[in-house]
Amino acid sequence: MDDIRILQASGLDALIEELRSRGFRVVGPTLRGDAIVTGEIRAASDLPRGKGDSQDAKTYRVRSRGDDAYFGFAAPAQSSKPVFFPAEEVVWRGHRDHDDDGHFTVERDTPDGAPIALLGVRSCDLRAVQIHDRVLAGRSHVDAHYVGRRDGAFVVAVACSDPAASCFCASMGTGPRPATTDPETGASSYDLLLTEILGEDDHHFVMEIGTDAGREVADEIGASMGHPADRDDAVAVTDAAAARQTRAIDTTIVHDVLRASAESPRWEDVASRCLACTNCTLVCPTCFCTTVQDVSDLTGDSAERHRVWDSCFSESFSYIHGGPTRESTKARYRQWITHKLSSWEDQFGMLGCVGCGRCITWCPAGIDITEEAAALGRMSGLAAPAPAT
Amino acid sequence: MSTAAAEPRIADAGDPMVPRRYAITRVRQDTRDTFTLLLDPVNGAPLTFRAGQFTMLHAFGVGEVPISISGDPAAPAPLEHTIRDVGAVTHALVNAHPGTEIGVRGPFGTSWDVDDAADGDVVFVTGGIGLAPLRPAILDVLRERDRYGKVLLLYGSRTPDDILFGNEMHRWADLNDVNVQMTVDNAPYGYTGKVGFVTELIARAGFNPRTSWAFVCGPEVMMRSAASALAGRGVPAPHIRLSMERSMKCGIGLCGHCQLRDLFICVDGPVLDYPRLEPLMSVREL
Amino acid sequence: MSIATEPHGVTEPHAHSHGHDDAASASSRPKLAVWKFASCDGCQLSLLNCEDELLSIAEAVHIAYFPEATRAVVEGPYELSLVEGSITTPDDVRRIHEIRAQSGVLATIGACATAGGIQALRNWADVDQYRSVVYAHPEYLKTLDTSTPIASHVDVDYELRGCPVDKKQLIEVLAAFLNGRKPRIPTYSVCVECKLKGNVCVPVATGQPCLGPVTQAGCGALCPSYGRGCYGCFGPQDSANTESLTRQLVELGMPSDDIVRVYRTFNAGAPAFAAASDAVEADAVEAAASRAAEQGGAS
Repeated sequence: MDDIRILQASGLDALIEELRSRGFRVVGPTLRGDAIVTGEIRAASDLPRGKGDSQDAKTYRVRSRGDDAYFGFAAPAQSSKPVFFPAEEVVWRGHRDHDDDGHFTVERDTPDGAPIALLGVRSCDLRAVQIHDRVLAGRSHVDAHYVGRRDGAFVVAVACSDPAASCFCASMGTGPRPATTDPETGASSYDLLLTEILGEDDHHFVMEIGTDAGREVADEIGASMGHPADRDDAVAVTDAAAARQTRAIDTTIVHDVLRASAESPRWEDVASRCLACTNCTLVCPTCFCTTVQDVSDLTGDSAERHRVWDSCFSESFSYIHGGPTRESTKARYRQWITHKLSSWEDQFGMLGCVGCGRCITWCPAGIDITEEAAALGRMSGLAAPAPAT
Repeated sequence: MSTAAAEPRIADAGDPMVPRRYAITRVRQDTRDTFTLLLDPVNGAPLTFRAGQFTMLHAFGVGEVPISISGDPAAPAPLEHTIRDVGAVTHALVNAHPGTEIGVRGPFGTSWDVDDAADGDVVFVTGGIGLAPLRPAILDVLRERDRYGKVLLLYGSRTPDDILFGNEMHRWADLNDVNVQMTVDNAPYGYTGKVGFVTELIARAGFNPRTSWAFVCGPEVMMRSAASALAGRGVPAPHIRLSMERSMKCGIGLCGHCQLRDLFICVDGPVLDYPRLEPLMSVREL
Repeated sequence: MSIATEPHGVTEPHAHSHGHDDAASASSRPKLAVWKFASCDGCQLSLLNCEDELLSIAEAVHIAYFPEATRAVVEGPYELSLVEGSITTPDDVRRIHEIRAQSGVLATIGACATAGGIQALRNWADVDQYRSVVYAHPEYLKTLDTSTPIASHVDVDYELRGCPVDKKQLIEVLAAFLNGRKPRIPTYSVCVECKLKGNVCVPVATGQPCLGPVTQAGCGALCPSYGRGCYGCFGPQDSANTESLTRQLVELGMPSDDIVRVYRTFNAGAPAFAAASDAVEADAVEAAASRAAEQGGAS
């Protein structure tokens, strides 16, 4: 769909207003306290204009950029994961009568709320949504709540211009410029793709159209026609962003590296640093593990089943009668990284890591998945030894 | 998103996450701590299932546990589950009085598919309450007994008091030409039966390994050594099937708890063949 | 009922699991007792603070002993005992055994009862010296050298951590007890609660020290929700890696004395925190010795 438009920076409000008038709840990056998070966007002024971020192992700081960029930062503190897949939700509500043999009724909960428009979703996080489409909505059993929220969502992706030191999407093939289509379904990855161009006295977005719905919105807000050269500008932005990334995972060998590393001595090493705190899993945009919690009142007559995010780093995660099957932290870290970089591919035909770098930034101990993967590669003999620098 | 919306994905009409109501018709005590629950659906047809499948049983206000179905697949009503009283949910289930309604989700998971063993010898190896998930498979075989060669049931339990379905095993031996061999780990003074681990029975049991199929269910450590002993006697590895146990919350492959490397035990299992499991069972804490 | 044979875990679902059937009759409702040992009463007050639920609690259980709330005393045995405070005197030791013998389910509430409390600092001090400094007639005082959790003396069915306990967890224990199930008391880290709430990680985003990664959840990530690091008042999580966290605290610029102090605040008697504080202290001593040696060598 070779339709390129130009949206002046001043036109962002019109875009947001148009989405809102179409009934969407617009969700995107916004500054809250010490971080850029994902929240409701009512106007362009809710966006973190002029803000950038510095991210590296166990450090995150928001900084002032000294310019007017709306999207001059890397991955927000949390991805769009909670938008379609909230941390906690009610699966069903039940009630028991007492006079009649514990007769009870159960009513499934159906999520309501306006359809979602994601504004400013990054390529890594967009890929993570596609992965969730496969995991939660593309198998014989689906997560009905996820499907309900995901269907009918509108996506305005924003290509990444300012990767953080923690980013490695380029090596994962998931960014910084999003793929036009979802490689699994062939559907358009986005309705609209924006690339922010910040010149001396010019501030605009190159707008690429992904769907008819996207085109309708572009027409409605009067985004002017662009030229192929404008797309070259956009690609130049993401090419430069890719070139600035310093971390990487070698995807050509990583699946086999993890396969071969089940008994690696590296696990003891990483377990000495790992806090088993679960942060990496809970900021990961693809981690999908949940538990159920049955909540009842004092009488026990009203009960609810909640679906709540869970983590393979907690001891209770693998608990069966007699104890957890993964008692040690080393077994839990091995499970997590092996799932992300190896068994995910066996299960779903894709890797479970999109290179957003959040697990590196938000690990309070600074454990770096790229470093661990590289070390395992060297120790397994499947990767070349580290070059002398 | 808008493009994908063309194909609406709708959850199954019978939502697998919402329990169906069943009434307890009877709770039968089998051993000191093991009980069989007989259930009838409050509404609608009885649940049809294949041998080896499990359900999620829900005690209202207490919680939910995965339990293998122990009844006859050819006679699905009443629905049977054999449960050991070990936790809060199982305790509530086995102590519920007849008439009490409980929730049932499922059936979930893979089957023993004993049909594959037709014309060959069939060896069931099990211990303790592991006999319960195998019972539907045994009943499948006995229903068409003449399609199979020798049928052996090698059964181990901790003590003579813990032997599950003892009368039924004797009946199978007497009436259905099943070679039942029992052993106990610990016996009181004066016990005349065999003492030792069930895996020790495999070496001397009379079956033709080359044409045999083995169905194994018990604690993981027992299954590991049983499978290894069976393979050692020459039973082809793809003919050895085991039933795995892992933490399960959803039963439909979504919650992630039951993962064993690339497997979701709840949908890829619980019944899996030995070639698939062997490399996974040999790594500790996988 | 002998202590050794007392069956623990979830109680049989006898009459009290259907307490609402006959809420009017005090005799058929399960008896609840609330006991106090060395403590500040704050955890008992958490129970009284359950304003919205207090009425339903009073309907569901017969509050048989609760000096903080009522003077009425009903004789045991008690189906449920909540125990606050730590064991610090010989009399405490005798009394807790009596209570255990009279209790069906026994749950300890708060950092004092589960880890010795702030008063467990005496475990590192000379009690005789304290005694003579504080009291005019120390000879009248009968006290132990240590402050220890209830579980060091009798079997405990459930532990509620925190200084003070969390009201919601307290109600969960009561609801679970009344319905014959196990209470849902997560033993994972505070980080889980932060992330579920959408909090931004305090140490990563601000550089403030935070004990969250080694501390058990249950408070609803109270301090981090207000932008402050966790103080560890819920004690160690089930997989606490204090060695790694100590390294992070050092990197964030926290002096050794302060690190020792944060591990020895509310849960000094919890083995994981006690060991962590001892390790920091030992390292500090060693570092000081090597500094002294260096200086000695230089002069």
